[in-house]
Amino acid sequence: MIREFGVIDLVYLVAAIRWTLLLTLAAFAGGSVVGLIIAIMRVSNFAILRAVAVWYIQVIQGTPLLVILFVFFFGVSIVGLPVLPWIAASLSFSLYASAFLGEIWRGALQAIPRTQWEAGGSLGLGFVEQLRYVIIPQAVRISIPPTVGFLVQLIKNTSLAATIGFVELTREGQLTTAATFQPFTVYVTVAFLYFLMCFPLTQWSRILERRFHVAG
Amino acid sequence: MSYTFQFRDVFAAWQFLVQGLGTTIYLSLVAMVFGLTIGVAGAAGRLYGPRMLRSAVAIYVEVIRNTPLLVQLFIVFFGLPSLGLRLDARTAALISLTINLGAYAVEIVRAGLQAVPRSQIEAGDSLGLSGFQVFRYIVLLPSLKMMFPSLASQFILLMLATSITSQIAVPDLFHAASIIQSRTFRDFEVYTVIGVLYLSMALALRALFALVYELAFGQR
Repeated sequence: MIREFGVIDLVYLVAAIRWTLLLTLAAFAGGSVVGLIIAIMRVSNFAILRAVAVWYIQVIQGTPLLVILFVFFFGVSIVGLPVLPWIAASLSFSLYASAFLGEIWRGALQAIPRTQWEAGGSLGLGFVEQLRYVIIPQAVRISIPPTVGFLVQLIKNTSLAATIGFVELTREGQLTTAATFQPFTVYVTVAFLYFLMCFPLTQWSRILERRFHVAG
Repeated sequence: MSYTFQFRDVFAAWQFLVQGLGTTIYLSLVAMVFGLTIGVAGAAGRLYGPRMLRSAVAIYVEVIRNTPLLVQLFIVFFGLPSLGLRLDARTAALISLTINLGAYAVEIVRAGLQAVPRSQIEAGDSLGLSGFQVFRYIVLLPSLKMMFPSLASQFILLMLATSITSQIAVPDLFHAASIIQSRTFRDFEVYTVIGVLYLSMALALRALFALVYELAFGQR
């Protein structure tokens, strides 16, 4: 049965945003933990750890997210996990986020002058303490604008989860299109809803960046 | 773990992979050329154009950069026919990819152009160079060096993003994988194989761009 695109469809689309945001949040949480480890490995004193981190970032950033998603979707059953879209989606998006966050945070850590490490060392702090008390507090400030910028990429890329049947905003749009047969109206609405989520973040990232540059 | 990996069936269908690879490379190259053209023209319009053009470019950039490529693709391929514009999958993909890359390229080129100090432009003016000469020799060429790394990463991201066009049945590398998967049921293996292929292309592109950068801007 074909019906007109109406208020109820809009309500469904808006409701589907929660799954987009939830997936973004899961990916950001998972990606932050691994990404932080990767970033620290990149600035550590061990050549092997640095090399592993470089390869980790290169491999994930050089593989399409869609491929990572499908490898996980079909791969989780091999390790005995159930083939559920949300498991595959949150795992693969976390992996994806970890590489990009790792690279962003590495940049922030390396932007702190070498002398700050040395100052920490000369106060008798070990590597972890130098990071914890001297480097990270300064690096966080630098890293916030690009991290917020990456969040926008992450929100947009969760749309790919639609391809494995995870019902977030884009998948809801596909379902609505099937019911109403008004693809233009539906997808423009979907795009508009993404815009409402992403544009404020983009602006915020820009403001933060400007503030940081002014502050020095 | 009782799963046996079998890559033989996947490699037996190598013609599909080669065809898909060709389409992926074709889509990437065409989108790069036209996307960069939009980027340069758009950035010039954004910086030096009349007020109307400036706002138009700014709106274009924000709308594209804050919406997913997949949805843009759906609008062009599934949405435009209801407005009377029917495109085949490949054309729809090329248009979407170009428009998408164009928006990012505008931002990169604009940032590069803006980084040229005012005093340099004034120096060019005072040497009697025309407006176009100033733009070409003093603004564009030196800022190319600054834009290049960002453009290179954006191009690589675009190449990887062409995989999304498989969702409107463009016969690219990812689509080839779905065909092989439906024939052999070796889903995990086939997606791993194309993952490696995409990764090799990304690394090759990166090496190529590094070489070009070295040749163009290395010893100066």
